[in-house]
Amino acid sequence: MSAHRQPWFNAVGLARHCVLIGTSAIMVLPFVWMVSLSLKPPHEIFSSAWRLWPSTFYAVENYRAALSAVPLVRYLANGVFVCTAIFVLQILINLPCAYALAKLRFRARDTLFAAVLVGLLIPPQVLAIPLFVLFYAVGIVDTYAALILPWTISVFGIFLMRQFFRTIPDELIHAARLDGLSEFAIVWRVMLPVARPALVAFGIFSVVAHWNDLFWPLIVVQSEQIATPPLGALHFANDEAGSNYGPLMAGTVLITLPLILVFLAAQRRFVDGITMTGMK
Amino acid sequence: MAAIELRHIVKRCGNADILRDVSLGVEAGEFLTIVGPSGCGKSTLLKIIAGLEEQTSGEVLIDALPADHLRPKARDIAMVFQSYALYPHLTVFDNLALPLRMRWLTPVQRAPAIGRFFGSAARQRVAQAVRETAEFLEIGHLLDRKPGQLSGGQRQRVALGRALVRRPKAFLMDEPLSNLDAQLRVSMRHELAALHRRLGATFVYVTHDQSEAMTMSDRVAVMMEGGLLQVDTPQAVYDRPSHRKVAEFIGSPAINLFRAHVEHGRLRADGILLPSHWDIPDDEAVTVGIRPQGLTLKADAPSGWRGEVAHLENMGADLFVHVRTRLCDTALVVRMSPHHREGLKLGETVTVARLGSAPMLVFDRHGQRIDPRREILSEVVNG
Amino acid sequence: MAETALLPARWPALPAQFPARPYRVAASESRHAVALVAPAVGLMLVLLFGPTAAALVISCTDWEFGAAAVRFVGLANFRALAADPVFWKALGNTLTYVVVVVPACVAGGLVLALLIESRQRFRAFYRTAHFLPVMSTLVAMAVVWQTLLHPTIGLLNQVLHVIGLDGRNWLREEGTALFALALIGIWQNLGYATVLFMAGLKSIPRDLYHAADIDGADSALDRLRTVTLPLLGPVTMFVLVMMAVRAFQLFETVHVLTKGGPNKASEVLLHLIYVESFEFLRTGRGAALTVIYLAIVVGITMLQTRLVERRVHYA
Repeated sequence: MSAHRQPWFNAVGLARHCVLIGTSAIMVLPFVWMVSLSLKPPHEIFSSAWRLWPSTFYAVENYRAALSAVPLVRYLANGVFVCTAIFVLQILINLPCAYALAKLRFRARDTLFAAVLVGLLIPPQVLAIPLFVLFYAVGIVDTYAALILPWTISVFGIFLMRQFFRTIPDELIHAARLDGLSEFAIVWRVMLPVARPALVAFGIFSVVAHWNDLFWPLIVVQSEQIATPPLGALHFANDEAGSNYGPLMAGTVLITLPLILVFLAAQRRFVDGITMTGMK
Repeated sequence: MAAIELRHIVKRCGNADILRDVSLGVEAGEFLTIVGPSGCGKSTLLKIIAGLEEQTSGEVLIDALPADHLRPKARDIAMVFQSYALYPHLTVFDNLALPLRMRWLTPVQRAPAIGRFFGSAARQRVAQAVRETAEFLEIGHLLDRKPGQLSGGQRQRVALGRALVRRPKAFLMDEPLSNLDAQLRVSMRHELAALHRRLGATFVYVTHDQSEAMTMSDRVAVMMEGGLLQVDTPQAVYDRPSHRKVAEFIGSPAINLFRAHVEHGRLRADGILLPSHWDIPDDEAVTVGIRPQGLTLKADAPSGWRGEVAHLENMGADLFVHVRTRLCDTALVVRMSPHHREGLKLGETVTVARLGSAPMLVFDRHGQRIDPRREILSEVVNG
Repeated sequence: MAETALLPARWPALPAQFPARPYRVAASESRHAVALVAPAVGLMLVLLFGPTAAALVISCTDWEFGAAAVRFVGLANFRALAADPVFWKALGNTLTYVVVVVPACVAGGLVLALLIESRQRFRAFYRTAHFLPVMSTLVAMAVVWQTLLHPTIGLLNQVLHVIGLDGRNWLREEGTALFALALIGIWQNLGYATVLFMAGLKSIPRDLYHAADIDGADSALDRLRTVTLPLLGPVTMFVLVMMAVRAFQLFETVHVLTKGGPNKASEVLLHLIYVESFEFLRTGRGAALTVIYLAIVVGITMLQTRLVERRVHYA
């Protein structure tokens, strides 16, 4: 934009800031509110005064109550374990398939790619009932396996990585073959390192989606020990139903904090990853 | 060093004929360049030699032994690619070491994390070989860098090093210089030629740049549209091209080609009679080729073609004058010495004539070159 | 090149190669490709296409989870749904929600993206602030929203009180429950649209703006009309579909905050599927709802592909 109209520059820029600060404030408001309530004692929560910062610092009591009411740390640990396991298995299973679709010649290739494209159309919730029935029959309901298995196959991941692999010159593979690398070695020793950008983008998409997923864990998890963060938040909210808002907010702070901190630390990657996966 | 032989190689892809019955013999230790316009199939031929692609029919022999059933690694041939194909996530050292690691270390020694505890003797040999090759190519100071941190010329050397470190039977090169800027390209040509002399290795080189082919090779194989037109020394391809297309492709600026008729045993081109050293029946239509240095501009020429100066190309040491005549559709290119620059103007009328008894090539209506009569040949060659 | 003496011209020879099976490039590639692809294909069948087919089959049975007997009943479930007012209410609510949330997010996202991208200052900060809700765990934030919308201690009602308006029990009243959820939905998704539009804006070549300037279209409105909006066409279509699909997937806030009430005022499709299948255990009916849900989502996506193909006019 040309900034040669000096008097206008400041006014428009200022207006822009005003609007954006306003909308940003609305976006951030629930988080601020959440933290604020988590620090307040009950009588301040129910008073009609508008203070963000509590006059009586009640944080310790609230957070301690939250931590003792439900196994919050356990929920978070479950989240880390499940999301990591899903992502690792996704790489192991989907990356070779994507490479084969992108670079190798075999008869069923076009059919397989068509199947991948069709698979992209199917929303995950459609699979809930049949998968639950299947897992029940096999006896793995209410286990980590049930949380992890359905997501190990990711047609979205296959699609994303295949598009990425197509941009890698064939000559690299020729060179590797000439050097004596076997086809499997080429996949794991050459393609995997080279695909790092796509893997980061996909990883972010995968971790965020599965960390925040409620639908499937709600269906397949019955015991507290393996509950993931959203499920944990739900239990917690139900337990603290009524007016125990202080500890309730403290609990939600603890549950949302990890992902938010990671996001703030690596915002650029997150946003790039989400847009890249979206645009493809 | 290996001799490579290709026998009747055909490659068909769907309906397209990429290679038509190509037979070629590369002698041990020779530098042979396959040259031709883009898309003529030369890279495919190279990949077939390396085992990266499969021919539809025909045989590849390395050192007189059939190689068709061997995988690329087993053929013991190294290849330098146009895009260098360096592993972007490995350092220069690791790029150079990989082929040796694949050959000299057992699978256990190569295992990702635990392998480093095994086979230290073999590892040292690898490291030594890598360092020596790097020193030889003067990239020893770059061993810790990754390809992304290197310049084009440095990457090219690393690619060369990766081929060299294996001490293969033969080196295949697929347009390795085409991604370099002009100056670097020229200096790398010298280095490659010097490397060939030092190693005495068999080099099979592919390029679309005819000047590269001419300056570096022992022999040149001219390829067009999937077929070999001529395989000969550079000078022979230049002086005695077997086909009009070869004459057009080799030599810069391109040869002047024009139609001529045969009358009473002599050639007539746009009214001018040319010497008749060739045995051609009357009324035959032929194409005559004279290189720019075989023409000159004469103010008074009894046997010359008149035309206008369309373009002046001042190359510093030479002046190329483009003259539009009735002789052919494209302008004739005439090489003059630079001091004529002053006298010539665009649009000026000039007369183009053959310079003395400069070499003249005659091609029949199929494009095949017609040899001059035997007794004239020595005259032409010595005159 | 260095003048060092070169090592011996050849390494000790490799052992002669007499492989048991001759090497053929194409066959080797094929074999390896099959091995690389097999696990993914197997899982695709078992965990993706199989279950989808199973859902279709189950939707045509009268199965109730835990029951011993299963009967094939054809389209009976679908007919029953068509006669069920709850189904229509849920469908209607879902569509209402979509119609409220999607345009708001798309338009709002575009405006915000234009504002943020228009100047360098604080771009990253604004982008982060707006994207934060997208990343957060909706279940937890829904609980926070519950307190914000609380009739007495909630911030919204306190603000309204100051202005002089009456606050209501937003989540508990039939007329407002769905719109309260829509508000939360917009809050959560606006940032996603914004970020997508920002990426789209960044990909517009600067030269087009220079050309527009020279052609005389140099006011902000002109630039918008001649360059920005036309080139954002494909991105807009994409954002529209993304938002619509996400809106149809409304579940968390309903389950956490209203459970579909009061009186089905906020019952939506996915929540109904959950309730039918896993609370009432009417699996056959739940599957039928799933099929309908699938048809809608596929329909929207196919619509986008068709429209994008027709409108590809700029590189």
